[in-house]
Amino acid sequence: MAEPAPNFLPPYWDAEAASPQFAMGKKVRVKSGAPPGHVRTPWYIRGKTGVVERICGHFHDPQELAYGRGGGPKIPLYRVRFALSDIWGGNGGSGGNDGGFDESDTIDIEIFEYWLEPFWDYGGDFDAQSARLEQELTDAS
Amino acid sequence: MPHDGHDHLSPSGHPYRPDQDAPLSYWQTMEIAVRELLVEKGVATADEIQAQIERMDERSPALGAKVVARAWTDPAFKARLLADGSAACREMGVEVDALKLLVVENTEEAHNMIVCTLCSCYPRNLLGLPPDWYKQRAYRSRAVREPRQVLSEFGVTLPDGMAVRVHDSTADMRYLVLPRRPEGTEGWSEEKLAETISRDSMIGVAVPTV
Repeated sequence: MAEPAPNFLPPYWDAEAASPQFAMGKKVRVKSGAPPGHVRTPWYIRGKTGVVERICGHFHDPQELAYGRGGGPKIPLYRVRFALSDIWGGNGGSGGNDGGFDESDTIDIEIFEYWLEPFWDYGGDFDAQSARLEQELTDAS
Repeated sequence: MPHDGHDHLSPSGHPYRPDQDAPLSYWQTMEIAVRELLVEKGVATADEIQAQIERMDERSPALGAKVVARAWTDPAFKARLLADGSAACREMGVEVDALKLLVVENTEEAHNMIVCTLCSCYPRNLLGLPPDWYKQRAYRSRAVREPRQVLSEFGVTLPDGMAVRVHDSTADMRYLVLPRRPEGTEGWSEEKLAETISRDSMIGVAVPTV
């Protein structure tokens, strides 16, 4: 797996903590599990494909903190960018073609590393827009 | 006093707010118990708790507007604000405590809007308490499903070709939108510019105009 090469260190970088596995501009898939507890990965994004927009730094795991278990190691936190059309399909108008969003529209979500897995391209067009985002973010980095 | 048959309305025509005669709820009792214990055990004084409540109440969108106005007039500050929002605010003397601020800039190509679909995460140190609608399910669910429809209900119509970037504040970062400076404000002072910047424009559901 490629080492991340951020062009600046994120403000909340902890040199002692584990190195992030995914570089900026990398295509990733959100896991689709449904564990109990204080989960900060929204349901609507589980199983979806996006692109790492930036590495935010290292933070304690909220799924542990919520139950008073604050001693765990800090883990990498990412912002992942998704195309709205990859999440919802079509142009997302509620009740017809009313333009709830455009193809260009995106959503950025903070996701902890253990919720992400590398994206393996098996073909198909379900992530048509994420390919474009990947290009954009790679160009930006 | 005229009696119009509407006993639930005050003479001013507004409904009476019901008195709080019901017993305390579990969590109200818990809050009082914890607060009294903290005072009794000397962890915090009643004055300190009151001072902290006042501090929270004093925060308002004026703080955020000050930061935005500075970014509009000082390109070097803007660069620092986009690189590390919290550090740039501290540099201005704005107290951000543990706030980890991420500033997203509106451009000709993209308009940003903020939501917390899971709860109500909000940059309180810069904007004060979040508005009611920000915490409601309708905004939280619709902002990620049909952001353009939501924006149009707030009166924002974007030019053709401008992308919408929604930011779901799910973890440790908090977000502030850096709106575009309105045309016709050349040479304005920071104070005058700050007056054009509303709370909603820093959440991304309005755009400043003059």
